[in-house]
Amino acid sequence: MIRTVFAIATIGLGLSAAIAQQDPIAARKALMKANGDQAKIGVAMIKGETPFDIEKAHKIFSAFEDAAAKMPSLFPDNSKEGGETAADPKIWANMDDVKARFAKFGVDAKDADSKVTDLDSFKAAFGNIGKNDCGGCHEQYRIKKS
Amino acid sequence: MIRRATLAVAAAAVIASVLLWALTIPEIVPASALPPRAPDLENGKVMFDIGGCASCHATPNADASKIVRTQLGGGLALQSPFGTFYVPNISPDATDGIGAWSEADFVTAMWKGTSPRGRHLFPAFPYPSYQHIRLDDVRDLFAYLKTLPPVSGRVRRHDLAFPFHIRRLVGLWKLLFFHGGPFTPDPAQSAQINRGAYLVNGPGHCAECHSPRNFLGAIIDSERFAGGPAADGKGWVPNITPAGLRRSAEDNVAWSPKDVASYLGDGFDPSGDYVGGAMIDVIRNTSLLPAADLAAIGAYVASLPPRQGPKPPAKK
Repeated sequence: MIRTVFAIATIGLGLSAAIAQQDPIAARKALMKANGDQAKIGVAMIKGETPFDIEKAHKIFSAFEDAAAKMPSLFPDNSKEGGETAADPKIWANMDDVKARFAKFGVDAKDADSKVTDLDSFKAAFGNIGKNDCGGCHEQYRIKKS
Repeated sequence: MIRRATLAVAAAAVIASVLLWALTIPEIVPASALPPRAPDLENGKVMFDIGGCASCHATPNADASKIVRTQLGGGLALQSPFGTFYVPNISPDATDGIGAWSEADFVTAMWKGTSPRGRHLFPAFPYPSYQHIRLDDVRDLFAYLKTLPPVSGRVRRHDLAFPFHIRRLVGLWKLLFFHGGPFTPDPAQSAQINRGAYLVNGPGHCAECHSPRNFLGAIIDSERFAGGPAADGKGWVPNITPAGLRRSAEDNVAWSPKDVASYLGDGFDPSGDYVGGAMIDVIRNTSLLPAADLAAIGAYVASLPPRQGPKPPAKK
């Protein structure tokens, strides 16, 4: 049983790695979409539409951490165009900065995850990540598509 | 006979030009219109934040995170169909900024779109919105600006195509499109909605970007807030009436007042996406507003009549 689970997990991991390699643009989008889906849950809690749930809060920050860890390797030179990417070509000219920003995003998410205790601390940490991490990168490196 | 007709035409032309000249004289607000008053600097800062002064007037930097919101040295280039405007220095520097301006000069610029030298200012400076700001708020803003650090350096002249560089012609534009005066509350609406309407239409000048414009660059009133092409020709500004602000693809209902307030406060829209484009900088300002003002803006924006604007191009 355990072996099967491991096997499936390994295949799963291998598969997602293969997809990432084959189609980094789709992989980037999937990670950003996952961030957005988690952020949506966070925003709903901040607005009081859904009650604050510490488990959800941890899940949000760990999803951010996960994305921050995976994103830097998803910008190979052959992924500048196609697939309706919103990635600005400036990314490839400033790869060190981009990677530093993802690293900071990861650190900030981890920090937030370890500190969150209630709605107020969640609000503060979530807002900071939005402003400093999401906002900083979106402003510099995301092409507006509206 | 012919001579008399020519004479009549010439006379009519002279009268028309004199009349036109008189009608396009830049208006001013005299110092006598400003009764003595102790400024409220805290309110001045709220006006500064909702007014978005820093977004255009702060000294630009390629790295947006290095821009200091209180260093108002100007210099940002604003592209438009009429040419490039260079945003002036409005720091309290006495030679290059507005340090030598009187309070009446400032009120005149904000309300009448007239410079201290008595010339028309171009409406790239959003005085068609700022004219709605209450006198006390304009005066508090001026007092607040005076507390910021002076920045030296005069900004280069605008680079506009003929005939748009002729300032007198702005007087004609004002005759056609510049009307209003300070905001008057609608007694049929709640105090909160009125506060929101004031902040959005006056200092917030949201409609200046979120509305389509006619060929002379004036907002098309029937499509106010319904979005349109960005003035610099790059991209599209969204419709912010309930016809345009939908929560998400799956949850296709209009944004609630809380959605709007939360978005302007922390940058996340109801779908969980973080703001992009020029709006990031707007959020930099609005995130500093008091919660009650954000709630008022939310209440007003969510209550706008749904309007359809020009059709955006298909997504690339």
